[in-house]
Amino acid sequence: MQLIFFFCGFIAIAFVLVITVYLILSGLPAIREIGLADFLLGREWASTAKEPKFGILPLILTSIYGTAGAILIGVPIGFLMAVFLAKVAPRRVAGVIRPVVDLLAGIPSIVYGLVGLMVLVPFVRKTFNTAAGESLLASIVVLAVMILPSIISVSETALNAVPRAYEEASLALGATEIETYFRVSAPAAKSGIAAAVVLGVGRAIGEAMAIMMVAGNVANMPSLLSSVRFLTTGIAVELAYSSGLQRQALFSIGLVLFLFIMCINVILNVFLKRDKEG
Amino acid sequence: MKKRTLALMLSAALCVGLLAGCGGTADTTQSPAAGSNSPAAEQSQTPAGTELSGTVNTDGSTSMADVMAAFQESFGDIQPDVTVNYSGTGSGSGITNVLAGTVDIGLSSRALTDEEKAEGAVENIVALDGVAIVVNPENTITDLTVEQIAQIYNGTITNWSELGGADAPIAVIGRDAASGTRGAFEEIVGVEDQCVYTNEYESTGEVIGSVAGNPNAIGYASLSAVDDSVTALKVNGVAPSEATVADGSYEIQRPFVMVTVEGSQLAPAAQAFLDWAMSADAADEVTAAGCVSPNA
Repeated sequence: MQLIFFFCGFIAIAFVLVITVYLILSGLPAIREIGLADFLLGREWASTAKEPKFGILPLILTSIYGTAGAILIGVPIGFLMAVFLAKVAPRRVAGVIRPVVDLLAGIPSIVYGLVGLMVLVPFVRKTFNTAAGESLLASIVVLAVMILPSIISVSETALNAVPRAYEEASLALGATEIETYFRVSAPAAKSGIAAAVVLGVGRAIGEAMAIMMVAGNVANMPSLLSSVRFLTTGIAVELAYSSGLQRQALFSIGLVLFLFIMCINVILNVFLKRDKEG
Repeated sequence: MKKRTLALMLSAALCVGLLAGCGGTADTTQSPAAGSNSPAAEQSQTPAGTELSGTVNTDGSTSMADVMAAFQESFGDIQPDVTVNYSGTGSGSGITNVLAGTVDIGLSSRALTDEEKAEGAVENIVALDGVAIVVNPENTITDLTVEQIAQIYNGTITNWSELGGADAPIAVIGRDAASGTRGAFEEIVGVEDQCVYTNEYESTGEVIGSVAGNPNAIGYASLSAVDDSVTALKVNGVAPSEATVADGSYEIQRPFVMVTVEGSQLAPAAQAFLDWAMSADAADEVTAAGCVSPNA
């Protein structure tokens, strides 16, 4: 019986190892051929041109800007919502909202993309009078909504874990409830909230399907109202028909994305560990 | 228990899929002549008039999916023991694979380059496909010249008012860099590597959807994929249709090519399939798939 447990545990590790090794092996040749600096810092991506250019700086910047924008919008809303659910809301109201938030987490990403395409994209086009509404802005809004559930539920758990005695002490000293939540509960839960933010970053940077429908997918240097291509969509848009060096370069993009997500996971683990110890 | 059975069946199906993927052309053999008088053989137009068996592996252009589906179905009626496999990997890889000998017939949705012909690739045109230029139905423009289309796509013209339309920016919609349709369009119009796209999509359906939802948009798509949600523009005064593609008067068109290798003998089943696809008998299937047959 123990052998079965050991085997199952080993499978997960094996998958991570296989994926890591595979990505490195298939991602490195193109980087070596293109040159690391040209690949990471090149400003132009034209993978099938007569003189192909494989610069992914626009993709990297787009992924960073898009994720940052989503965090900027999503974290304040998510945090305040978590405070509301954990502390302010009457039990019965929270009992209704919490399942709705969970439901939001369960909606497939393509549905977010579809709603974004039908509602958000025409709105952006008409509001800013641009040629097409597919843009970094539309992607940021879609991503912000998508990361809300994870931010809310992780922050809420962290806020609920704050010992009741801290809050009671604060209230006894004459602080109002709102002062208590923001000056006592939130600081006490800060590493849990930080973990929520990092988790949101991880979700946002890895999302492909939803933003492929609203980003426009042209590898421009990012600006808010122009069509942009993320690291993830860069792979998804071209993979199906790619060949040769182009295909290898797509694996290299995957490797870069993988490294990004690895870093985010390490940061997440640091926060979670501190949370346990603190 | 049910779940386990299902899981087993699914894994079995996966294994079969894996094995099928490995299947080479080695097993493509002609059946013994004994079966030559079967009823199916009498209907068939194959040169030998015999019933063949085996597998024909084709690989390449994704634009040819509709044509290949029609071919597979009809050829299955003529030669029931021949299995025609099709995998859509893109014109470039189809040509590469047939030259490398890993498939029987490569599929390309553009004419072969001189370079490819020099490597021994042989062009067999089985169908002609018009690339329609589509705009939103709200757009008042109905006719453009190839020159104007080129200027829109290379970024010289950026507002519909320059063409006599409404004062609105033009959203230039296209396909991803590896697409055969994009390759064909850019080559025919003469804007290779110069296009300034507003949006790029990975499928024809998304291009049509995007144009249908945006009054500023212009896009391109296979003629067969155009539906009522968008308007197909006249090019140099000629509306895209099967007739204008067949007689060559509609300029933005491309051939669907079955690629073989010069000097290498096809297996009998593959040869029969190619001969049939090139014959007038296959014209109905070509038409059914929304293309125009050059062999009708």
